[in-house]
Amino acid sequence: MIRFENVSKVYARGARPALDQVSVDVERGEFVFLVGASGSGKSTFLSLVLREQRPTRGRVYVAGRDVANLSGWRVPTLRRQLGVVFQDFRLLQNKTVHENVAFALQVIGKPRHVIRDTVPEVLEMVGLTGKGKRMPTELSGGEQQRAAIARAIVNRPQILLADEPTGNLDPTTSLGIMRLLDRINRTGTTVVMATHDDEIVNEMRRRVVELSDGVVVRDEARGGYGEREAILPDVGASPVLDAPGSGTRAPVQTVRGS
Amino acid sequence: MRFQFVLGEVVSGLRRNTTMVVAVVLVTFVSLTFVGAAALLQTQISKLKDDWYDLVEVSVFLCPEGSVSPTCAGGEATKNQVDAVRQVIDTELTDEVSKVYFESKEQAFEAFSERYPDGYQGTQLTADDMQASLRLKLTDAEQFAVVSDVLSGRDGVEIVEDQRAVFEPLFRTLNVATLLAAGLAGVMLLAAVLLITTTIRLSAVSRRKETEIMRLVGGSNLFIQLPFLLEGALAAVLGSLFAGGGLWLAVRFMVSDWLERSVDWVAYVSEVDVLRVAPLLVVMAVALAALSSFFTLNRYTRI
Repeated sequence: MIRFENVSKVYARGARPALDQVSVDVERGEFVFLVGASGSGKSTFLSLVLREQRPTRGRVYVAGRDVANLSGWRVPTLRRQLGVVFQDFRLLQNKTVHENVAFALQVIGKPRHVIRDTVPEVLEMVGLTGKGKRMPTELSGGEQQRAAIARAIVNRPQILLADEPTGNLDPTTSLGIMRLLDRINRTGTTVVMATHDDEIVNEMRRRVVELSDGVVVRDEARGGYGEREAILPDVGASPVLDAPGSGTRAPVQTVRGS
Repeated sequence: MRFQFVLGEVVSGLRRNTTMVVAVVLVTFVSLTFVGAAALLQTQISKLKDDWYDLVEVSVFLCPEGSVSPTCAGGEATKNQVDAVRQVIDTELTDEVSKVYFESKEQAFEAFSERYPDGYQGTQLTADDMQASLRLKLTDAEQFAVVSDVLSGRDGVEIVEDQRAVFEPLFRTLNVATLLAAGLAGVMLLAAVLLITTTIRLSAVSRRKETEIMRLVGGSNLFIQLPFLLEGALAAVLGSLFAGGGLWLAVRFMVSDWLERSVDWVAYVSEVDVLRVAPLLVVMAVALAALSSFFTLNRYTRI
């Protein structure tokens, strides 16, 4: 469904490549987690699939198309087979939930009766029955993300790309979103999800592709998130380097209670 | 469905940028009014030329008694000299001159008396004060220079005069007015293009989110850009319609109702001419909008 063949992406001449000789093959109907630190190339990976970028070297195939050499006027056709969800939901604030979802169909010229039938169905599927008339600001974060997912899948795309969809949500809500994505995946939609959420990755036990500095360092069929650095490493008593007159130990101040 | 959707986008875009849209309408209105005024002035000039050049002639004034011109050294032009000049006209200027007739001193005095029955400014003139001339009708009034070249300097010819010269100052004034109007129109058109560009840009920026979603869900380039294109075009066309209307009113009330009544022997531009110029203004407005859109849209709404 998605195939990267030795793909490199260099944004600025001479800079370190954002992706370096990446080869990944995602089968139809797979659920893949894309993990790695910020700046490891996850977003570049997704934008290459969407053809917001072209690879510097190598080939990208999405749904059988050579995306790198796709001419501009065919890009819309490609994107109609892709759904995208973001961390910040990206709902249009001046439209209701129903209108937001319908917008995706209006833009590609679907007839009105199709929109009238499809949108409530999709809203029901994502668990927003009866909330179509709400404005995005009247919804919780989880509900907003459900609305965004509804918009992404309303055109029944073959692939759903999710860029840290749970990044703004609490763990319980995140779990709900993951169940929804899992359900969508079970209908045959290929899902690629970039995430930092190790709990979710460890729980789901799906395929994990880990990127580090633009290189695939791990590709496990039923993997976990992987090692994380300790948040507060034991560095001992080191000097406070950012204090005034850096380099010297900051004078210890005793706060006298009065 | 699609059409209705695009229309909705256009309306919401226009409403969001009302002040800018009004500015675009006004600037195109003013600039195209100047363009139209220039066009109407030129129409007026050609109307006057059509009308007047048919009436005017070239006068070949023959030597009177006591002329100081070197070709008149022999005193009053003799019959032989006049015949020689006519001969030249018949042989060398057959293509340029369509009609020749001779106006004697007596005929000139007759015409003069007719125009000034009570004498000219109190003087009492006789036929001897008049000057005989050959009157030439040209096939093409623009050919005066050729005729003048051939006839000037011949014996018995004092001076060759083009009656068109009488109108030259008027035409020059009208041409200068045309240039002025066209120049102002140019400046205003530039302002219009910049303003439309800015308006489209503002509109594009204020709808960045919509545009981004449209791109992501697979909206085609045309579909995404169409609302912006139509917004600019609509505002510009509205301005051009105002310009057409303004010119129509100006011609109706200033020319047809006033000038034509006070000075009625001149052919003026009419409302019909305005109707002929107006579509041109609309086309220009569309071209303006298209030009500005072309420069802006590719930068702000690319897929």
